[in-house]
Parts: sequence; C-alpha cells; structure tokens
Amino acid sequence: MSGAVILQGNFPIPEDRRDQLQQLATELNREQLMWLSGYFAGAAAAAPSSIPGFQANLLGGQARAQIASAAAPASAAFAPAAAAAAPLPTLTIISASHTGNGRKISEKLLAAVQALGMQARMIKAGDYQPREIAKEKLLYVVISTHGDGDPPDEARGLYEFLGTKRAPQLPELQYSVLSLGDTSYPKFCEAGRVIDERLAKLGAKRLLPRVDCDVDFERLAQSWADDALARAREFKEKHSPVGSVATGVAQTAAPVAATPELTRANPATAEVLANQRIVGRAALREVRHVELAFPGLGTLYKAGDALGIVHRNPEPAIDAVLKATKLDPAATVTHEGKTHTLLEWLRDERELTRIARPLLIQVAAQAKVDISELLANAPAMAKLTASCQVSDVLGSYPAEWTPAALVSALRPVTGRVYSIASSPAAVGDEAHLTVAVVGSDSDRKLLAGAASHFVVNTPVDSKVQVWIERNERFRVPADSSRDMIMVGPGTGIAPFRGFVQEREANGATGRNWLFFGGRSLYHDFLYQLEWQQALKRKSVHRVDVAFSRDQAEKIYVQHRIRQAGKDLFDWLSNGASFYVCGDASAMAPDVHAALLDVVREQGNMDADDAQSWVADLTADGRYLRDVY
Amino acid sequence: MSTEVLDRPVAPAKVDPPSPVEIIKKASRGLRGTLVESLNDPLTGAIRDSDTQLIKFHGSYQQDDRDIRAEREHQKLEPAYSFMIRTRTPGGVASPQQWLALSALARKYGSGTLRLTTRQAFQLHGVIKKDLQATMQGMQAALIDSIAACGDVNRNVMASANPVESRLHEEVHQWAVKVSEHLLPKTRAYHEIWLNGEKLAGPAEEEPILGQLYLPRKFKTGIVVPPHNDVDVYSQDLGFIAIVDKEGIEEGKLLGFNLTVGGGLGATHGEPQTFPRLADLIGFLAPEQMLKVAETVVMIQRDFGDRTDRKHARLKYTIADRGIDWFKAELAKRLGYELEPARAYTFTTQGDRFGWLRGHDGRWHLTLRIESGRVGDTPGKPFLTGLEKIAAIHQGDFRLTANQNLIIANVSANECMNIDRLVADHGLGKALFTTPLRRDALACVSLPTCSLAMAEAERYLPSFTDRVDELLTKHGLGNLPLTLRITGCPNGCARPYLAEIALIGRAPGRYTLRLGADAVGSRLNVVYRDNIDEPSIVTALDELIGRYAAERHTDERFGDFLWRANVLRQETRA
Repeated sequence: MSGAVILQGNFPIPEDRRDQLQQLATELNREQLMWLSGYFAGAAAAAPSSIPGFQANLLGGQARAQIASAAAPASAAFAPAAAAAAPLPTLTIISASHTGNGRKISEKLLAAVQALGMQARMIKAGDYQPREIAKEKLLYVVISTHGDGDPPDEARGLYEFLGTKRAPQLPELQYSVLSLGDTSYPKFCEAGRVIDERLAKLGAKRLLPRVDCDVDFERLAQSWADDALARAREFKEKHSPVGSVATGVAQTAAPVAATPELTRANPATAEVLANQRIVGRAALREVRHVELAFPGLGTLYKAGDALGIVHRNPEPAIDAVLKATKLDPAATVTHEGKTHTLLEWLRDERELTRIARPLLIQVAAQAKVDISELLANAPAMAKLTASCQVSDVLGSYPAEWTPAALVSALRPVTGRVYSIASSPAAVGDEAHLTVAVVGSDSDRKLLAGAASHFVVNTPVDSKVQVWIERNERFRVPADSSRDMIMVGPGTGIAPFRGFVQEREANGATGRNWLFFGGRSLYHDFLYQLEWQQALKRKSVHRVDVAFSRDQAEKIYVQHRIRQAGKDLFDWLSNGASFYVCGDASAMAPDVHAALLDVVREQGNMDADDAQSWVADLTADGRYLRDVY
Repeated sequence: MSTEVLDRPVAPAKVDPPSPVEIIKKASRGLRGTLVESLNDPLTGAIRDSDTQLIKFHGSYQQDDRDIRAEREHQKLEPAYSFMIRTRTPGGVASPQQWLALSALARKYGSGTLRLTTRQAFQLHGVIKKDLQATMQGMQAALIDSIAACGDVNRNVMASANPVESRLHEEVHQWAVKVSEHLLPKTRAYHEIWLNGEKLAGPAEEEPILGQLYLPRKFKTGIVVPPHNDVDVYSQDLGFIAIVDKEGIEEGKLLGFNLTVGGGLGATHGEPQTFPRLADLIGFLAPEQMLKVAETVVMIQRDFGDRTDRKHARLKYTIADRGIDWFKAELAKRLGYELEPARAYTFTTQGDRFGWLRGHDGRWHLTLRIESGRVGDTPGKPFLTGLEKIAAIHQGDFRLTANQNLIIANVSANECMNIDRLVADHGLGKALFTTPLRRDALACVSLPTCSLAMAEAERYLPSFTDRVDELLTKHGLGNLPLTLRITGCPNGCARPYLAEIALIGRAPGRYTLRLGADAVGSRLNVVYRDNIDEPSIVTALDELIGRYAAERHTDERFGDFLWRANVLRQETRA
C-alpha cells in the first residue's frame, strides 16, 4: 500500500481505499469502529512507514510503544489487545442476549446516558475482553439465560472468566445486572443471578439490586433502566470525567441505517418461494427447507443472522383454550393499550403452548386451588412444563374467567426465530430457513411448535411477516484466508450452509470443514446433494458425518471430532475458527468436552492448560457458538 | 469367409476405440478398482461410477428406488441407493441350511424378500452399502458366493431342474458346478473386498481363460435335459443338450451333450443391428470333453468379440458377423479335432411340471409355482416364513427352476405329509390352482428396482394376465396353455422372445407386442405391433384369439396357428 499513497491534504489514503473505508464506516457499529481504531493503530505501529516522520507525527510516542508491544505476538489476538489500549469511558454497558432484546434495552439506556453528556459505551459481550473488567468503574450488564441456566454464548467467555481464580478483585467497580429469562424454564434467570453473584464476590459494589424479567420484560426492564440512569447521573456528579475517546466520534461515523430495523412488532412481508420437506420418508422428525424473499431482504441480513416469523397459533390450540374457559371469542379486550377480539389475542398475541410458572400461579389463584406443593416439586414442574400446554392447565384448574383476566394471565407470545441457512452473496434477496417441525417426532403433535407448524402449513406463494435478528458475533472469519470448522448436527447445519455460500461467493481461500450428524444417512442428511456437490467444487474441503442409528452403537458428532483430533488440532493451531450450532443442552457441552479432549491429547496438555487454550480460542473470537 | 482371414490370430472386428467399460476393466487391477474406497465413503449410499461397473463382476448391482427418485431430489437427498446381490448357484440347487441362511440375510440386511431368478439364482434386494460386506460374509458362511453372478463373465450356469430322473439330475448338476467353477475369474478381489481376505500386494492375478479384460460382454451357459427345455437352451451363449442312452443296456446313462452356441435375447428398441438370436446346434461331445470345449468357446469369444460397442458384443453377434462355419472351424482348430455330429433329441415343453412327482429312485419332488419368483411375507402370502419352516424340517434339497419356480426335492414318502401341511398352512400351493396361462407366465423385476426398465413388468403381470384370461374365457378357451412373458425393457431377462405372447416395455404403459414363438423354445416370436397401450394390445389379442378359437387344429398351439394362418409372415420384423 505504501507505494500507492497519495497525499490529499490531511487524508493520505488513495481514493478507492477511501471509498472502501467510508463504506466500512457506515456499515459498522460504534463498538466495532472503536475496536478498529485500535486495530489500525496496532497495525500502523508494526508497519514500516514510507514517509519519514509521518508515524511519529500521527501518534504520541507513549501510545506507539504500548501498541507495538501489544501487537508483537502477531496473532489474531493482537488486534483486540491493541484496541484495548484506548482509554475506557466512564460507563460500560455489556449486552449479552441471543434475541436482541437485551441489545435494544442497552442501546436505549446508552442513548439516555449519553444525553447526560456522560462518556459511555455499549459493547456486546462477544466483543468484550474479559480482562478489561479490572479497569471498569461503572458497569451495567444486561444478560439473558438460555437452555439449562446457561448464559448466551457470546457471554460465555466473561461469565466463565469471572468464576475462575484468574479473575481480578474489583473493589473499585460499581455495577448492576438486568437479567432476562423465561419462567417456563426451571433455572429462570440463572445466568444473570450467577454473574451478579460473581461480581459481588470479587468485591464489586452492587449499585442497584438485580432485576429478573420474564418474557414480558418491557415494564420491569424499563424501571430498572430508569433507576440505572438515575444512578449514572449521581455517579457522574461525584466523579469528574476521565479518558479522552469521545463517543461523539463513533456517533458521527456510524449513521443510522437507512432502513428501519425489522422487529416482531414491525415486520416485513415476505413471499414464500419454497417450502419443502428435506428428509426422507423414514425420518423420525420432519425438517423443512423454506425460502422467503422480498426486495431488499438481501441487504438486511448476513450469513449467521436469524429470521423470525410472525406466526399464528394453531386453531386446535385456540379452540382448546376457548373450550376450557367457555369464553366468547368475539369479546373485545383492551390490554396495555391494545384492543383486539379475544380470538385475535389468542391467535396472534398470546402464548398458548409453553407453560410458565407465573401463568400456573395465576390460573391456580383464579381457580382457588393451592398448588404450593406442586410449585415446590421441581421434577413434577419440569414434567408438567414439558408435557402440557396452556389449555391443559386451564382444563385442570377450572375457574370463572373474564376475557380480560385471561388475556392478562396469559403470557405474550414470544418470537420464534430460525438461523438463516443462506447468504445474500449467493441468493440475493432470498433468505432460506431449515425448520425442524417440533413435535413431529412424538405423539404430542400439538405440543409446542406453534411456529414450526405454522411454517409447515404456509404454502408457496403465500405471504408471511418476518423480521431479522442480527447475530454480529456469529460470522465467517473476517480474514477469508483462515480455515473454518463447523459443527452443525441436525438443523444446526443451517447457518453453515449460509457460511459456505458466502465464502464461495466471495472467493474465500480458507478451507471449510463441516461436521454433520443425524439419525440416518438415508433419511436425515440435510442438504446431502449440496454438500456432495460442494465437495466436488472444493467449496467445502472436508465433511465428517455421524449417523447415530446406522450402527449398533450410537455415534454423534463429538465422536467424529475426537476421531479427527489430530487434523482438527492442526487446523485450530493454524488459525481456524471453530463454530458450533444446534442443541444447547446435550450437543454443545458434548462437543465442548470433545474439543477439550482433542486439545489436551493433541497438544500434550493437562486439563487446566487445555481449558486455558480453549478459553483463549474463545477470547480470540475463534470459538463461536449459536446454540439454543 | 476365406481361410486366410481365419488364420489371423486376433482380429478385432473394428478399429473403433474400446467401450468405456473396457477401460474401467483394464484399470481395475483384477476387478478391484476403488471398491474399498467407495465402500468407506460415509457421505453417500452409492459407490463411484467406475465401481458400479466392477461390482457387477462380484455379483451385485447398484440400484435405487425409482418410485421415489424425484421425491428424493426434491428433498435434496441423493437417490435411495441400495444393492442387489445375486448368488452363483449352478443349477439352482441349495441345501435347507443354505435356504435358511439366505432367508435370514434377506430379513436382516435385505428387503425381506428372496427373489428366485430366471437363471436359477437367488437375489437379495435392498441391501444398503454398509451392509454389503456382512451380507456377502453371511452367504460365505453358508458356502454360497456371488462371484461372477453378473458382469462380463460366464454367469450362473443353468441346468434342467428335472424332478424325475434323480440320478441323471445329480450328474447334470455336477457338470453345471464344474463348468461354473472352471470358468470363474481367478482374481481374489472378491475375497479381499468382501470377505476380509488378505490384500494382494503385486499386480493382478493372471486370467488364463477370461483374460485381463475379461469377456466383451455377459456370457450365459445352460445345460438342458430333453424333452423339457426349461432352461431355454437356444437362448444361451453356450448350451449343452444332454443325450441319454434310451435303448441300450445302459439305459438312462449320460452319453454326452449336443453343443449349441451363439444364442442370446437382448436387443435395443429402434436399433435393427441388435436382435435376439437362437443358438446354432454344432455337434456332439462326450462328458470328459465338456470343460475343454466350454473353455475354448469362451476364449474364442474373448478374442473375437466386439469390445468397441457393448450392444454388439455378445457371442451371437460374433457368430452372426463371421458365420457359423467360421466358428466351427475356429473351434476345431483350437481343440485340435472336430466335434461329432449332433445326436437326435426332442423338446416338448418349456414349462415346469407342477405338483408332486415321484422320482425314479422312489423319492418325491414338489414343484411350487412362485409368481415372479418373489418369496416374501405379504398378507395372505407368508411365503418366506413358510419356506423357512419347510427348510427347518426338510431332509432333501431345494431347486430353483428356470421359470422362477421352486422344487422341494428329494422328499421321502413319509415326509410328504409334513411338507404338504406347511405348504397348505402358508398358502404356498394356491398358485398351482389357477389357469395354465398364469401358472407359466414370466416377468422381470423392472420398476421400481431395475435401472434399465422403461415400463412396468412384474407389477403389471397380474392384471394383464387377467385381461388375457378374460379373452380366453370369452372365446371358450378357459384352460388353454399359452406362454406369456413381460419385460420392462428389450434386454430379455424373462426370455420374452421365446413366448407365444410377449410384451416388451417401451415407455410407461406402452409395449411392443410380439407373437408367435413355439412353446418349446426353438422359435423366436416376431413384432406384431410396436409401441402400443393396453387397450390396443387387448383389441389385437381379442381378434387373434377369436380367430384361433374358430380356426385352430386339434392340439395346435396359439403361436403355431398364427404362422399357419399367415397372421405372421417371415418378412415380419424380428
């Protein structure tokens, strides 16, 4: 690049590069831009200058020395370390959630804090370097809980770091945690609780009590945010501002996107181009490939993002609730400012499949039944939530309902999102989904799966309402020459179809290695023909498959990972990224254990060293999971 | 053809490049190819394209369920690949232990069906790739192999089922075994790949008879015992007609065999240079000359057969192109002697003799009608189970006939009752109580299994037989014997060219109607109407059967009548 530099006033960048930079600046968010500023500084310190004195003029001597030493290891880790050289703002808000709810709350709070003239930043947990926490003064954490009390994947690094002996004492830190969860899971808001306790244990001072929110989080979250803002104002008045990075820089560099963001409340209308079964006749679980499109869709997502479909509850589920409550579906109900008929509430706005604890309590109260014994019995509760739907509960505890009381007791419907199985680079304005039909492998056809059943029954040429959930953390490697290892059994394959499409369309030179698992080669090898063709074209370089029921012993992806240990460790040592997508409760921990085993055996390490090695992989942003 | 031409050692008929299969064979290192790599590929239920040719030599075909091919593609899945395995069972003889072993393998690894073929072999269908080795090993444990059951080699050697002349049957069967073994490939590839045999380190084994390229095309051998031409001896590349002492002091002794060469039934629609051909009868040989003669015929075809065009590669084309006199001269030159003139014999039927028959040695034989050779368990037809129960108590052996039927052979008089009870309990005798038309009819597998099929055959046979039976009844010919054969393509697996009425598939629901073979396998039928649908076929047959009912002579067969009445003429296309 040095030979092509043209000095244009104070902007020493060739014109085409300048366009690229401006393009990049409009696409990235504030944290990414801040990170990049450190990245470029680090790169500049390491690169020889073609213009005598230029480098020295650009950066102060001290900063240059710091950056140069941080950049020395010359690995993917150097860039974030360089970025860390920038002084921290007064307030950091860490957002950690899969669905984007946490991010929205955090962004709103950030804007309010900045309106006070306070130095503040919001950072997604996946972009956060855990060790930075030692330097924080005021910290708000917004974190959701998934699966069996697990943190979102992007927060796993920080979450685990705070529980280790390496975690620093934090006597200077003041903080508060907003915890998002779902009472239908046994370990409600567990991740928020744990992170709150870990911070307290490290000596940090709780500025506000933690707030645990259920799926209808809006009001509780708002009251926490109001309190958090008030505490931040008090904090600002007590402390003079420190640091020199102005958030204003990022604000001007990151203009608001032209297209308003799609949400469940503000969806776009997409046409269904294809909706077809993609498993064989004897498959125990139905999986469908769905193609959706509308003009401009391709500009709204990237491979790795998820797409939500606004679904309607199935008629049998609505009928069952009406039957149990003997209410008139035509009755009009106004609730939280919205007015619909009861039928519309039940069809479009209320959760009729999953059962949550508060619902159970409300239904029992309405029926004047004491269920304290049941509530205390965890196994019985787990069984109940796994096997019953709302109408079952209403039927078991008969009560006098008014339409308004019912609407208020039922939980708001939650958005169901699916990892997108395509890349706009390959399919333009289409988005493809890989949808497992929930309940299709059991007798409980009606249970759960309202959204997937809705998808099954959505014919080609019909229209559906959709929105996009960004997943910035889960992307193909930024360096397209790096290798990529993808573990995606079952419908976990979806984002990797998008990744491979994207890398092929962009001419990436890094190799792609896929691990897939299913029940049988003949019926459950999702996108089998495409993978076979991709191997022939060399857009995929290796595919390892595990079909659990094709032999006497059950074989899963983790077995294949262990068998391929030597090659896998070679790839990882060579800078490959390791991606996992799919089931969070069994597969992801099993794959994690297999990865640890591989690192321990192939790297001749003890268990602790292997753990650190994998933790570094996570910290480098090369161990990424999208599990649910 | 002049003698100078004959003296040339190896004279390929054409200078065209060898057919692709020849190139695959040449590179295969004794039929090994990349079969092991193909079997170990976990991403597909298929094997590599070149290996699909080579696996035939090991007795297996890759197939897929054609009924769901389009559906699978829509599911983004490859076709539902599976494999057929065909046994090498010379003369179709199996012990009860072997029957039980094959039946168990069909249940465990196959589609739960044993299929008895028109060449007296067993076929297992629906074996998926990962189970191929276990299936072959299971067969080996019962002393059955599938070597050379398909491919460009001498395939399963047929022999008349002959349920009466017990000692003669045994003798002929032994000759079938000897010819089969004598002409087997020498490569150990089968043992290596399927039976975990030791891996060959050096170059491929020598193949003194078949050569490193094996034969130009499939090669079929059969031994027949007159007067029953159940093996359709004139349809074989190499045929032996047993000549038995009828009058002398050694009555019943096997004197030797008449030799036939150059039969073959396959053809291709619209390509008149391909045609079914009856074998030429060229002489007589003593039993001890048999292996040498068989070997020499194979080697002549090895050296002179057309390796550039697989549709022109059977021995019948070599002989048709060069003349039978050339062939006889070449044979005599290589043997060092001329064969004696052929001896007299007569054929009276192609069909099987159903029901219980008492053999010359006093033991009993029960011939069962097995429609389309399919032995499975279906509602009302628990044949697989029934025959397993019979095999469990049976002291004799089983014989598959060339008409896909089954003989429970060598039953002692006091065991007949027990066999009969099991036959009755499992509905195995029901197919005997039907019209002669249905009892003798043949069909190939065709759709959905066979990759060559153009129209239904086995699945169509029952309803089409109903149509013909209705016509016979309508014209007062209710129980008339009439041979009917249907194939899904012109390759001739069910030997349709030797039936009085034959349908040969052209497209779904459309067939070529061929008429006029005799009922003893010595005259080919000819095309009567090409590419017509069922209503047209029925209309045509209605008219002809009506005329036959009115004009036939006593005991005159339908196929013979059509010629006498000038319905068919020699200029009719063959």
